[in-house]
Amino acid sequence: MREAVPPTPARPRQEKPPPRRSPVRQAPEVVAVRPARRGDLDRVIAIDAAVTGLPKRSYWLSIYRRYSGAGRVGRYFLVADSGGEVRGFIIGDVRDWEFGSPPCGWVFAIDVEPRFRVAGIGTRLLTAICANFRRAGVFKVRTILAHDNTLILSFFRSQGMMAAPFIPLEMDLEV
Amino acid sequence: MKLQKNTSLALYSVLEFAADPTRHFPATEIAAKYGVSAHHLAKVLAALARAGILESVRGVGGGYRLVCNLRRLTLIDVIQIFEDPGLPDGERGDSGESTPVGRALGVVLSEIDQMTKATLASITLATMLRLMARQQKAGQDRVSRRRPRHASGRNP
Repeated sequence: MREAVPPTPARPRQEKPPPRRSPVRQAPEVVAVRPARRGDLDRVIAIDAAVTGLPKRSYWLSIYRRYSGAGRVGRYFLVADSGGEVRGFIIGDVRDWEFGSPPCGWVFAIDVEPRFRVAGIGTRLLTAICANFRRAGVFKVRTILAHDNTLILSFFRSQGMMAAPFIPLEMDLEV
Repeated sequence: MKLQKNTSLALYSVLEFAADPTRHFPATEIAAKYGVSAHHLAKVLAALARAGILESVRGVGGGYRLVCNLRRLTLIDVIQIFEDPGLPDGERGDSGESTPVGRALGVVLSEIDQMTKATLASITLATMLRLMARQQKAGQDRVSRRRPRHASGRNP
């Protein structure tokens, strides 16, 4: 039975958007998108730590246990592999009837190593997870982001995502 | 959210240039398309040129052309040249804003401003071009669905 936890925001971090003129990037390489393996975890943790400035080893081990391996129906943890090196990752799952919505795919984490960005790797990752969602029988994909996470918001917008008919709400709980 | 006339004109113009970044065309062409005076539009285009988004091209067949990166320039970058799409907290300028009701209202209005800014800051010209293409395709699909079947010549 799937856990009824709300999706966590996709990369809830503060990050400045790149300058208007594209900086020189690493040349695009041949990239394959495949399910994450245990041996990829150090690279995933390193990419996340480089971007957020916050290493979270135990969090990523827990995510790996929940989202990787056989029998994880509707859960996807994919990596972009170039010559045996992980350049990026995406994680998501299919959620049934949460928030009153018919089953749909949720992307809750995506990241690409900064020096390999603007080379289509994020697009490849999103395309691959969407293909998995379609195979799982869902035809809607959603994500949630901090409204000041302009870089990743722009990426999802560029992929055709629009505002969803939901409003995220929160409140502080008294101690 | 309602944009001022100059802001709308600036967005229309920038997207016209973005649709064909290699081309340069005069203000009169865009003015005619959007039903405004060339003189009025010239002021808007001059402001865009001062902001480094357009570049004026002199000589025969001159006009303006786009000189920015389509994948980096966002709607808010253009809008902010002409207006502020949301006022900072406590700057609404009405007399009741320091009252408890005014402050509570300010919190709600600030939420809306934040969402507006986040949306405008996340949509680049390249994304807008793709959105325009999808809208155009959806319009064509609607028209072809409405077309009577006998028009295809396959009906007996």
